[in-house]
Amino acid sequence: MTGPLSEFFAMGGYAFYVWASYGAAAIALGVLAYISYRRDRVTAARLETLRQNAPHRRRAATPQGSDHGA
Amino acid sequence: MYKYANPAEFQRLAARLLPWVGGATVILFALGLYYGLYASPVDYQQGHTVRIMYVHVPAAWMAMFSYVVVAGASAPSLIWTHPLADVAARAAAPIGAVFTALALITGMLWGEPLWGTWWEWDARMTSVLVLFFLYLGDIALWDAIDNPATASRAAAILALVGVINIPIIKFSVDWWNSLHQPASVLRLDGPSIHGDMLIPLFIMFAAAKLYFITVLLWRMRGELTKAKIRALESAARARAELSEETP
Repeated sequence: MTGPLSEFFAMGGYAFYVWASYGAAAIALGVLAYISYRRDRVTAARLETLRQNAPHRRRAATPQGSDHGA
Repeated sequence: MYKYANPAEFQRLAARLLPWVGGATVILFALGLYYGLYASPVDYQQGHTVRIMYVHVPAAWMAMFSYVVVAGASAPSLIWTHPLADVAARAAAPIGAVFTALALITGMLWGEPLWGTWWEWDARMTSVLVLFFLYLGDIALWDAIDNPATASRAAAILALVGVINIPIIKFSVDWWNSLHQPASVLRLDGPSIHGDMLIPLFIMFAAAKLYFITVLLWRMRGELTKAKIRALESAARARAELSEETP
């Protein structure tokens, strides 16, 4: 059990402190990015449906559809 | 600059920027992890715990930077009630809160093996904890007040008053006797950290900065779209009421 890989994971005996730090950062930043991205997509889709269902507003929509581009 | 203060121009700019900034964030984080966890040297005193620095220090810098962004956007929002500044201030606060929480958590995980304690009520740690509560207060004000104009004014005032905490954090290690070490990167006589350790530090800092921009753009765009949905829905309600009155 002293291969280069287990040595890497052991972090010279400080495995808990090092991996907990990187793990906390990965989880917190990952979750925040995912929530922010998803809310952007979900609201954009909802706006698109609202615009299609509102007959009086169709004229106001730009030919490209949404402002979000691609 | 004024051009991008227009919400429609902002939407176009965000759509153009996001793929590049988001892609660069992923690449820089991957590089930073490689150097931080593997390719950088072990410290002769603290061993592998030095690797925590590459998370802790960028998180702490971003915690303060994000607050300056929130306060910087709060000022025009308060003075001119600028809609985009409002959206920026609201979108940046949760990102800053997450970075502050990470600075505190990784600080504890670094302090325990190094100093033998998870927490000490000294100037640096206490002032960063105050920063975290300022963020939470700002977010809570946005959510607690129903009238958007009142909510934005209250949050902006809190954010601007709280700016006083930023120099206190920065200089806390010089003004008070702290367990925390003094500045070792941003100092007048140059960094006191070895170059091999500065590489992963700056890569991680650049990654965190681009991450901030990416997530800020997503959040701002989401907020702007939500405002449009609210406007469309209230217009639809008004039309429905009108057609009920005139059969």
